[in-house]
Amino acid sequence: MLLIPCPWCGPRDEAEFHYGGQAHVPYPQDPAALSDEEWARYLFFRDNSKGPFAERWSHAAGCRRWFNAVRDTATNEILTVYRAGEERPATIEPRPVIPARPAFEDEAVQADGGLGAKPPAGVQGAGPLVSGRGGVGEENQPFRLPTRGRIHRDEPLTFTFDGTEYQGYRGDTLASALLANGVIQAGTSIKLGRPRGIFSAGVEEPNAVVQIEAPFPEPMLPATTVELYDGLVARSLPGQGRLATEPDPARYDAVHAHCDLLVVGAGPAGLAAAAAAAKSGARVILADDQPEPGGSLLGTGEHLDWVEEVAELLEAEPEVRVLRRTTVFGYYDDNHLLAVERRTNHLGAGAPENVSRERVWRIRARRVVLATGAHERSLVFADNDRPGVMLAASARTYVNRHGVLPGRHAVVFTTNDSAYSAALDLSAAGVNITAIVDTRPEPGEWAQRAREAGIEVLTGHAVTGTEGDTRLTAVTVAPYGEPTGWREFAADLLLVSGGWNPVAHLFSQAGGRLRHDEALGSFVPDTCRQAVEVAGSANGVLDLARVLAQGAAAGARAIEAGGYTPESPRLPHVAARPQTPPMHVYVVPGDSGAPRFVDLQRDVTVDDLARATGAGMRSVEHTKRYTTAGTANDQGKTSGVLASGVVAELLGVDISALGTTTFRPPYTPVSFATLAGRDRGALHDPIRVTALHEWHVEHGALFENVGQWKRPWYYPQDGEDMEAAVLRECAAARDGVAFMDASTLGKIDVQGPDAAVFLDRLYTNMMSTLKVGMIRYGVMCRPDGMLFDDGTVIRLAQDRFLVTTTTGNAAAVLDWMEEWLQTEWPELRVHCTSVTEQWATVALVGPRSREVLGALAPQLAVSNDDFPFMAWRETTVAGIEARVCRISFSGELAYEINVSPWEALALWQALYEAGAPYGITAYGTETMHVLRAEKGYPIIGQDTDGTVTPQDLGMSWVVSKKKPDFIGKRSYARADTVRADRKHLVGLLPEEPGTFLPEGTQLVADGVLPAPPVPMLGHVTSSYRSAALGRTFALALIKGGRERIGERLYAPVGDRLVPVTVASPVLYDPEGARRDG
Amino acid sequence: MADTALSVPLRSPLTDAADRLAAATRASGGAVRLAELRFLTQLNVRLDAKGAAADAVGLALDLQLPLEPNTVVRAGELTALWLGPDEWLLVGPPGSRSDLESRIRTAVEDEPVSVTDVSAQRTALLVAGPRARDLLAHGCSLDLHPRAFGAGRCAQTTLARAQIVLVARDEPRAGFWVLVRSSFAGYLTDWLLDAAAEWGLDR
Repeated sequence: MLLIPCPWCGPRDEAEFHYGGQAHVPYPQDPAALSDEEWARYLFFRDNSKGPFAERWSHAAGCRRWFNAVRDTATNEILTVYRAGEERPATIEPRPVIPARPAFEDEAVQADGGLGAKPPAGVQGAGPLVSGRGGVGEENQPFRLPTRGRIHRDEPLTFTFDGTEYQGYRGDTLASALLANGVIQAGTSIKLGRPRGIFSAGVEEPNAVVQIEAPFPEPMLPATTVELYDGLVARSLPGQGRLATEPDPARYDAVHAHCDLLVVGAGPAGLAAAAAAAKSGARVILADDQPEPGGSLLGTGEHLDWVEEVAELLEAEPEVRVLRRTTVFGYYDDNHLLAVERRTNHLGAGAPENVSRERVWRIRARRVVLATGAHERSLVFADNDRPGVMLAASARTYVNRHGVLPGRHAVVFTTNDSAYSAALDLSAAGVNITAIVDTRPEPGEWAQRAREAGIEVLTGHAVTGTEGDTRLTAVTVAPYGEPTGWREFAADLLLVSGGWNPVAHLFSQAGGRLRHDEALGSFVPDTCRQAVEVAGSANGVLDLARVLAQGAAAGARAIEAGGYTPESPRLPHVAARPQTPPMHVYVVPGDSGAPRFVDLQRDVTVDDLARATGAGMRSVEHTKRYTTAGTANDQGKTSGVLASGVVAELLGVDISALGTTTFRPPYTPVSFATLAGRDRGALHDPIRVTALHEWHVEHGALFENVGQWKRPWYYPQDGEDMEAAVLRECAAARDGVAFMDASTLGKIDVQGPDAAVFLDRLYTNMMSTLKVGMIRYGVMCRPDGMLFDDGTVIRLAQDRFLVTTTTGNAAAVLDWMEEWLQTEWPELRVHCTSVTEQWATVALVGPRSREVLGALAPQLAVSNDDFPFMAWRETTVAGIEARVCRISFSGELAYEINVSPWEALALWQALYEAGAPYGITAYGTETMHVLRAEKGYPIIGQDTDGTVTPQDLGMSWVVSKKKPDFIGKRSYARADTVRADRKHLVGLLPEEPGTFLPEGTQLVADGVLPAPPVPMLGHVTSSYRSAALGRTFALALIKGGRERIGERLYAPVGDRLVPVTVASPVLYDPEGARRDG
Repeated sequence: MADTALSVPLRSPLTDAADRLAAATRASGGAVRLAELRFLTQLNVRLDAKGAAADAVGLALDLQLPLEPNTVVRAGELTALWLGPDEWLLVGPPGSRSDLESRIRTAVEDEPVSVTDVSAQRTALLVAGPRARDLLAHGCSLDLHPRAFGAGRCAQTTLARAQIVLVARDEPRAGFWVLVRSSFAGYLTDWLLDAAAEWGLDR
């Protein structure tokens, strides 16, 4: 959502504005002097340039002012705005492109400690295992550790997976609880049906995507992100789930939020950033997808005391909002970010009904710090998909955060240092680490430490295959890139680490560019136009001390830019760690013929990608679409860079030249129910009602939607169908008296010394000659001469008019008036104000209407001489102040009575009582349409469609010949508008008087259809059954229609050709005898 | 016109919603207060802010029309809202329309000033209570923090899918006026009540 700076109101959401096309295209001084071509150029031709473009906007939902903006059509950036009538500023600089992290980065690494520091101490509470199997008991959660983790062992939860009941604890995810119970397989793959196991511990999960069955069905949720609750029922999936068929009873909503600083991610970098800003008074939002802050520290078990300290600090600050369980999933223009907060999912059946289950946060941030961390990358080798293959840091998370052993006997396969910490933590927790297989010939200090812990380290080796069906049983290892020297290890767990991918999704969505980082072997944020910084491992920084320092510096800079003073937060002391550069491996050399998976969720293998490049694909965007790699609901979080690496190898190019596929919102799937929020059911779209609505409801009206209005359509009585009800209502209006709620007509008060001049320019006919006290019908056209709206103009005073519009066009006509006044005719002293709802209007129609009105308005002289057609009077009706207009949309004697809506019900009831002796009948829009159509009165938008001139409707009389100019005039001299074969509005009478022509029916010349293409002469625009005519009839737009009156044409209806006769559109009372009663 | 005709009981757009608004207020335990403010006098005034008429109107009403966009000036029972560079909304107590209009028209004499009665065009909803901002934030994209939208601020914007005029009342605790087109009032009330359910009883 762009933020557009209104020159008057300041920055507002784009949704408040209307676009008005190219600016500085003035209305020609003398249109009559222009050739057709010059006039057409003004009407239809606009520039369409790339780069800065001056255009008009209206702050339609705000101050209603038109203004000009220069927008870069390539970046969508609004470069400047200026008021209507002002000159376009000369040069406008676009926003600078800023680096994801300033080059002057000077954050000091505060931690000390030399290279000789001890390996990470593991986790508080880590203790020796009770038994070889570890855990609370052999039946219940045999893979659960007795002490570790952040789960609440005093809050056991019961859940069901694939029909079996299990136990877990508060603080578990579904995945960790399954692992605690020894369940690792969580589904089968979508194409090949291969068993797949829990692969990760977070949103990047490609395998363990499950169906939730209770309390409410929800498909395709990663078990790694589902917080366990009591009564959870889930099922494994064969790659795809099913949507619920019953309506979701939960509430969903959305909330707007504004802040000086939004920090995305509450890991070490994000917490440091928020801590630096917390006490400054700046408004800070910290959003994180987990139930508690800490990020990667929850998985490593390090510095959790500091996490707690920062959490308390943030909690205490009134201007800091910490959003837990909240995933920022979209990054849009002008630092507008969308996040989804999962508010009650984790409560299961205990979720309160009046609290939304999920909430969309629409956050507008002055500055953003992305501390989104990194995802571990997998490696491609034969049979790398068996249940038991798991990302190394995820296994570490299960041990440290959830107190769960993901297996008993593990092989670790790595290309970098990070997996060693995982191996050591798992080993300390009781997992038998059979071997660490490192592709690097010299892994350095870490290998030494592992060996000291009694773990065999195979340097310069790689995993080349696996065994096992529903769970891994063995791992084959060989020297890297060599066909001999195989060894096999029994293992139920294979930890894999191919390096780290910064989570750059949001940065990329923001318009940021990524660059390939050689050292990291992945893509990192580079530059962006938006006010965003990236901190920590999202930037490719994996060293914790630097991550913390970078976060604190980014948070400080962000609020300093907003004029706040940051403070240096206390950061934990982090021992420096040994570092050996990673080796960049995507595909392990050697091909055994077994499948080597790149995208686990889409079952895409190296061979699939090879087929794509073999077919000529040269871009990852193409291979993605050819193979579907990266298109599953994990959106390739673990496989994207891998796929780029594989394709680069296949093409023999460097991965840096290839790049990644484009990141688009949402970062994680968001349900439609959540996105819909409150905008569903009755609240999906506003329902506009008149002051008389309740009466219509009570009297059985059925309603027609006209724009957002609910208008009474017809009032069926005693089981009448629509046809019977409408015939009865029409008969009452033609023979007795009937009344209708016409309050929805648009009404605009036009005031000022130049009001008459203004209306003369706007309407095709002359309004300045209208006398005070009188009313004139008028039509408005666009500059191209096509009908836009019609209505009546009432002259209230010399300098004041009341203009009515069609119901659906009220806002558009007011906008139209303001556009011309503000941009073309600022010299006119006129003001236009909507008064649509200031007045309630009742149409009183029929030969007996004069008697009803006369009875209620004793001070009003109602005779035709005293109160002639197209006059208006102020009086009291039923004791209510009223403006009564003698206008008719039916051809009958009729009045429109305007009163305050506060008194409208009293007026209506008085009319109902006073009319009772004459059988007064309420009628709806359908009857109104029949009555007007019998008289040939067109309805704008039904009988016209933007290609119809007043002359086409046979209304040349409404187009002034005297006025020097008005909007549309020049177009009536265009060759196109004087063509003889233009479509004219005519009446149609089916030769069989009971035959009904559906609206939209085409008309052809011959009674036998020729071979296609059949020449079409026009189409039916309105069609009714008439009580007054005793037959069906229609209005139609037909080529040269007025010259065809009396001709027979044919209307294909179903498989019949219905003969019809072309007639004048005025079929009832053509001499107008009924108008005066 | 309604302020002179007293023979007929007046019905506001939300007459039938009064009970539901009161019930939501009670259910929230005071977290939000919702009520319709009925029959306020509302006059749309258009004039050249730089011309003589602006001062004349100011003197006549004893209230200077606000010139800063999106601000409000109050004097006694009268409030003037900036709607545009040449447009204001005067809000006064019920029944004061003819007095206000004649004072303005007398003061400006022949200056081109437009005065239009729009008392029934919109109705006013009071949205107050400690959670008023949170409630409005469900559907209003403006920054309603007291630093950005404190006392004396007003704005034409949208709430949910309805256009509104939002006014921050004088004291922070006094909440907001939401002026909404009468035909949208029922929709907006339904929407507000739905959004306020969070602070209501668990049903």
